[in-house]
Amino acid sequence: MTDTPTRYEPVIGLEIHVQLSTATKMFCGCVLSFGDPPNVHTCPVCLGLPGSLPRLNQRAVHFGLMIGLALGSEIAERSLFHRKNYFYPDLPKGYQISQYDVPLCRGGRLGDVRIHRVHLEEDAAKLIHVGESGRIHGSDRSVVDFNRGGTPLVEIVTEPDLSSPEQAREWLTLLRATLRRLGVSDVNMAEGSLRCDANVSVRPVGTTELGTKTELKNMNSFSYLERGVRTEIERQIQMLEAGQQISQETLHFDPASGALTPLRSKEAAHDYRYFPEPDLVPLVATAEMLAAASGELPELPAARAQRFERDLGLPSPRARELAFRSDLGDYLERALAAPAPDTAQHPTAVELANWIPLLVERIGSDRNPQHSKVTAEMFATLVAMVGAKEVSRDAARDVLTRMVDDGGDPRGIVSREGLGALRDEHDGQLLTVIERAIAADPDAAEKLRAGNAKAIGPLVGYVMRETKGRADGGEVTRLIRERVSHSR
Amino acid sequence: MSELIAMTGAEAAERVRAGEVDPRELFDAYRERAAADRLNAFTWVADGPPGLRPGAQAPLAGVPVAVKDLFCTEGVPSQAGSKILEGYRPPYTATVVQKLRDAGAPLLGKTNQDEFAMGSSSENSAFGPVLNPWDRARVPGGSSGGSAAAVAAGLAPWAIGTDTGGSIRQPAALCGIVGMKPTYGACSRYGMIAFASSLDQAGPLTRDVTDAALLLAQMVGHDRRDSTSVRFPAPIELPSAEHLRGIRLGVPEELIGGERDGAGIEPGVRKSFEAALRLAEGLGASVEPCRLPHAAHALSAYYLIAPAEASANLARFDGVRYGLRVEGDGDLESMYGATRSAGFGPEVKRRIMLGTYALSSGYYDAYYGTAQKVRTKIADDFRAVFERFDFVVTPTSPWTAFELGAKTDDPLAMYLNDFCTVPMPLAGIPAISIPCGLSDGLPVGFQLAGPAFSESRLLDAAYALERAIGFDGSAARQ
Repeated sequence: MTDTPTRYEPVIGLEIHVQLSTATKMFCGCVLSFGDPPNVHTCPVCLGLPGSLPRLNQRAVHFGLMIGLALGSEIAERSLFHRKNYFYPDLPKGYQISQYDVPLCRGGRLGDVRIHRVHLEEDAAKLIHVGESGRIHGSDRSVVDFNRGGTPLVEIVTEPDLSSPEQAREWLTLLRATLRRLGVSDVNMAEGSLRCDANVSVRPVGTTELGTKTELKNMNSFSYLERGVRTEIERQIQMLEAGQQISQETLHFDPASGALTPLRSKEAAHDYRYFPEPDLVPLVATAEMLAAASGELPELPAARAQRFERDLGLPSPRARELAFRSDLGDYLERALAAPAPDTAQHPTAVELANWIPLLVERIGSDRNPQHSKVTAEMFATLVAMVGAKEVSRDAARDVLTRMVDDGGDPRGIVSREGLGALRDEHDGQLLTVIERAIAADPDAAEKLRAGNAKAIGPLVGYVMRETKGRADGGEVTRLIRERVSHSR
Repeated sequence: MSELIAMTGAEAAERVRAGEVDPRELFDAYRERAAADRLNAFTWVADGPPGLRPGAQAPLAGVPVAVKDLFCTEGVPSQAGSKILEGYRPPYTATVVQKLRDAGAPLLGKTNQDEFAMGSSSENSAFGPVLNPWDRARVPGGSSGGSAAAVAAGLAPWAIGTDTGGSIRQPAALCGIVGMKPTYGACSRYGMIAFASSLDQAGPLTRDVTDAALLLAQMVGHDRRDSTSVRFPAPIELPSAEHLRGIRLGVPEELIGGERDGAGIEPGVRKSFEAALRLAEGLGASVEPCRLPHAAHALSAYYLIAPAEASANLARFDGVRYGLRVEGDGDLESMYGATRSAGFGPEVKRRIMLGTYALSSGYYDAYYGTAQKVRTKIADDFRAVFERFDFVVTPTSPWTAFELGAKTDDPLAMYLNDFCTVPMPLAGIPAISIPCGLSDGLPVGFQLAGPAFSESRLLDAAYALERAIGFDGSAARQ
């Protein structure tokens, strides 16, 4: 034992499977579906019936090219499909058609993570195990739903450039935002249209040689990814510290317990006997195909976040929060472009950006605000009214709630409900309340006068209570200070 | 034998078109013969005439066709000669069968074959061996032995089969009929239960060259369901050549063996082949030796590539979704093992094991990889030869039909059947076998191979030679 224990650093790479949102499957004309009755979207091809042959979905290729271009990958002029051979009931042909040594895309980068490769393949069918374990071993019976079988997949493999569970999660968020922005996938982890495996190893800080890695599977949410990776890093460090060797294995994440259990070695140790798929001709990416794919590339979230920071002055976390969810970014830009309300200055981007999370909180975090009753124009109007102190922040939150429920113009809501900010210039009402506050708590007023700034709290609280939040906090503070010093 | 049965497909179609023959009567005549089959050539025969009467003006005018079992036909047993698919009735029909039906040729029946087209004698069928109509103690060749025997015996006017390493040409030769393997990609493979995907091609087995042209013309064409199928450059023409003037025939030393006789060609076969060469010269062709330096390795390459592809193609027969299922000890692996052990015959198992081995980690480069390189070399060899020659000619099979059981214990001897027919599918090029005579009362096949998409020229040359040979196959149609 040494006095200074070795410190370890994790090395993490991700393998992401993305179901493409094409109309039809990878190698046949069956419609893609989710949640339909089992085995209704099948045909001889995706059931692997004898004599059937695959036919490549050109739309899936187009999406694959868009992803490759978005990640800055090198696109293969001519890529190949291979057969990956193994027996499993969810694999009707006994092999998966995938890409092997000549994938569609190589290299690239997203954020600070390098991309190793991107390739096309077909998804397996869905196995449902009847029994306690939910896994094939130990289940009484398994049934297969071939609706999912043959769904187009893109597999994205990163270089091992990630060094913490948090970073892995954050990066996957960026990838999801990018894919969503490209419009190539639903990228829903709960529904399995975005699936992430992680390769994890640890090494002593300062060394460059990679440690033995394990592969983590079945982490079907962002927090499971973070949790699974963290658990595995801790386990590996503990083992190394106990002088044990890490064995290269595949681990299954159990979301219920958070535990990682090794897959039986029989399941993991495959010789896939890859060989070129003789039923398909090489995939040639023509100049026309590349032009069509690059022509459809939108501004991507990483670039948008930079622009939000640079051009709109948003702080970095807020810029990323809005840019990584393209619906929020779009909403911000729509609100920015809305005409200024007649009575107020146009709100700044920062003000709008600060109010969007409040809107999201009210409509539900997975809903697109564009589909809510709050139009970007009315949203901008409300934020402008706050800026112009026509309505207090607290009251504006209520107004926003009403807008989410019933839609409408915030100016109408404010005047109808009498929620407009109380201002002394208007009618002296606010000053009356302030005087009542001082009269009710002379002690506080005295302390404030004596220089105890904190003593203003109860006085402001009184006023806000009395005015039901319609008063502007800053205005109230200013007026209380004024009154207290006047009455000296 | 009725007059109807004596006609070739083309003659029958002509008579139907002329209104002299009722296609239903023709269908019934063949249906009865097929149902009374004593050769075990059929695994299924249609119940009655097809409901939809094809237009007499359709190209094939209602003349029925026998179809090798491995072509999927909707609602009709399609078992590929295997117990693992016993009773399997597909929900769809293979493209070429549909094309023939659309062209007016209804389905007469399904013909017996070596299991999954693996074999050269049609003895590897789960439904029993097919007998050769020239001598029922002998095999008809394979794997399309049922189709060949049915046509030779007049149980069907014509038939289709598949050729992977010789499975159309060799049984055609052993049964004294015409068989053609088209250019790879000429016919859609959609609905053909696959043996080796990069080699399998559908083709006709017919009484004469004209029938082969007539059927093939309806079979070729791009099919969007088969990515490897291509648009055939020009329509297949009916053959009409009367001479072979200016045609240069190359006799590859590596396949014929020259003085060394490496292929083990039987003297009777050699004699018949050489007589046909003299006839070709008489028709104006030049005959010269040529070299295919890598052709002698074709068999080795073939028996790596084909089993490798087959090992994957046959993985789908796992007892999960269709066909035979044997439960085993109750777990998944045991069910797989029990099903496949019980469902596949010994030759299929042998090839699955060969192919699995050839693709396995650490052996891929040495076996599958090397075989692919040899394949490229063989294609290059043919390209070079076709710069100087129009066609390459060989005996189709080194032997005439052999006795049942004669080679079943010696797989390598059985594989040698394909010595002269295997190089062509490896190169993807078309080849035709026509009967060129008898040796000890058994038919001998003469093979012509040409460059990719030279089918019309090949058929023309075969036609001229066929007329000069004047082979009479009627002895088998009793």
